[in-house]
Amino acid sequence: MSLWEYANPVKFMRLTDRLWPWAMGLAVVTLVPGLIWGFFATPDAENFGSSVKVIYVHVPAAMMAINIWVMMLIASLVWLVRRHHVSALAAKAAAPIGLVMTLIALVTGAIWGEPMWGTWWAWDPRLTSFLILFLFYLGYLALWAAIDDPDTAADLTGVLCLVGSVFALLSRYAVNFWNQGLHQGATLSLDKEEHIANVYWFPLLLCLAGFVFLFLVLLLARTRTEIRLRRLRALEHRERMQ
Amino acid sequence: MIALLIRDLRIAIRAGGGFGLGLAFFLIVVTLVPFGVGARTELLRAIAPGILWLGALLACLLSLDRVFALDHEDGSLDLLATAPIPLEAVVAIKALAHWITTGLPLVLAAPLFGLLLQLEPRGYPWLVCALLAGTPALSVLGSFGAALTVGLKRGGLLLSLLVLPLYIPTLIFGADVVRRGAQGLDVTTPLLVLAAITLASVALVPFASAAAIRVNLR
Amino acid sequence: MSLLHIHDLCVARGGMAILQNLCVTLDRGQAIVLRGPNGIGKTTLLRTIAGLQPGHGGTIKLPAEGVAYAGHADGLKPSLSVLENLQFWASVYGGRSIEAALDQMNLADLQHRTAQTLSAGQKRRLGLARLMVTGRALWVMDEPTVSLDTRSVALFAQIVRQHLAAGGAAVMATHIDLGLPEAHVLDLTDLRARARGGFTPGDPLAGDYF
Repeated sequence: MSLWEYANPVKFMRLTDRLWPWAMGLAVVTLVPGLIWGFFATPDAENFGSSVKVIYVHVPAAMMAINIWVMMLIASLVWLVRRHHVSALAAKAAAPIGLVMTLIALVTGAIWGEPMWGTWWAWDPRLTSFLILFLFYLGYLALWAAIDDPDTAADLTGVLCLVGSVFALLSRYAVNFWNQGLHQGATLSLDKEEHIANVYWFPLLLCLAGFVFLFLVLLLARTRTEIRLRRLRALEHRERMQ
Repeated sequence: MIALLIRDLRIAIRAGGGFGLGLAFFLIVVTLVPFGVGARTELLRAIAPGILWLGALLACLLSLDRVFALDHEDGSLDLLATAPIPLEAVVAIKALAHWITTGLPLVLAAPLFGLLLQLEPRGYPWLVCALLAGTPALSVLGSFGAALTVGLKRGGLLLSLLVLPLYIPTLIFGADVVRRGAQGLDVTTPLLVLAAITLASVALVPFASAAAIRVNLR
Repeated sequence: MSLLHIHDLCVARGGMAILQNLCVTLDRGQAIVLRGPNGIGKTTLLRTIAGLQPGHGGTIKLPAEGVAYAGHADGLKPSLSVLENLQFWASVYGGRSIEAALDQMNLADLQHRTAQTLSAGQKRRLGLARLMVTGRALWVMDEPTVSLDTRSVALFAQIVRQHLAAGGAAVMATHIDLGLPEAHVLDLTDLRARARGGFTPGDPLAGDYF
């Protein structure tokens, strides 16, 4: 029994039918307490004020924005190499979620930036990189929307995702080169936990997990819808043939 | 393959506007900028590198949707896809033809436009250098976007949305070469990175473009 | 010595099977005329044979670089002359002489006119002259006689016959009688994909999971 078995839509539908409520449950039990803990039960930071609490949305959203693109890249590769329809549809289903996550990261960043730096927007490398990522999501979604034939659309968006990933990464370094920024680098990133006090760290961790499960819930629901849409198209076609 | 290049250039010359249109557009952009931002010499001098690169980028974008669309409409693309030349080479040649008809004239005319924007005299050689090193990447990446959208009726706007984000690294390093050159600073790093981006794009992107065209012909 | 061998091919358009169980063997010197109502999949089948789109299941065997395809459009550039258009395709396909093709398709007098000044029938003749300069054995033609007058149709039939005599073969979709009695007629109506309800073989979406 290999993992590729689940690339079969029938098996995928059956599995996710059972999996989905669990993912939903996990998302609720991590995200709800995480956000409540973060918003209401943590002290204000002495040099950040209460605006620091936006990190419980900002950081997980920013993390997911990048990881969803990586997930789309992997799904596109699987589609291009092994031609599994579920993989292409999962990439399609993930893109709008990624777009919204990027938007959330940008908006919460602006809301946080105003009291912190006194400006809603700065052409800082990190902010700029997210704006560029947003543009890549937009292009990817626009290409999906523009093409009628689903397999053609899957192929072309897959190729775009591949080339886009290289250039998104390249843009990240180009932007760094272009402007050294004011966004604090290490304090809030996942691997540098020593910079952040435990009292903020634990609820943040819970929120990070919550966003991962939330993404899973949305992804599964959207992928299932996409599979059903494809199935519907096929059935309509069959009706026309007879 | 040379036959293909000659054919594309011949069509560009005969159809009119192949060479001239991009340049005219570039001229208009450069003319409009002082109306928008004011004609103060030091301000224009400061933004000249960026405006010149933006103008080149947009002029290049203008003619992209024709790279494959015309061949797709008249059936030539089907025939080229079944011809003994690999489709990757066809794509690369067509990108080269696009560069010769739009990129090269921009490179040659850029110093004139630099004059209009009060570019520092010592920046001129670097302006030509940067455009020479960067514009081939614009044509190759643009032809990738054109390959993705070749089958679409209203592909023009989508093409810009797909291609412009890919131009970001080239724009950043290209404009930086000119800016540093104009200020008399060392340009080695951005110029080398710019050349590297162009070389890698020219070497690899035609494969992606050819794959996209094969999908679109299906 | 078969030039084209198709076995149990399934042809799909827009991801849906339209023709199935297609078996064709074509020897040198033979021609096949495809018949069938609009939308049956003649163009799709021809494009699949030409390698422009993949078949679904089954096999297509033909010599590498053996196909010359002529679709609905002639692949002509309006701003180039007849001579330049033909010369271009000749050099793309390996630099054969174009005089014979110009003469036989009755285009010699038009050779310096630009393609945009030609009538539809003249363009078509130029498109067919292109087949002759490819030097390829298997001609795959989609409605080759559209907009040709009676005399040009006869001319075309003669050229196809000459191609067959020289060891070539041809597959074409056409509705009119070419005066090629030796060509086999293949009616695609019976090959319409019904059994699998329009799904291509191996399509995972064909399973029942509701």
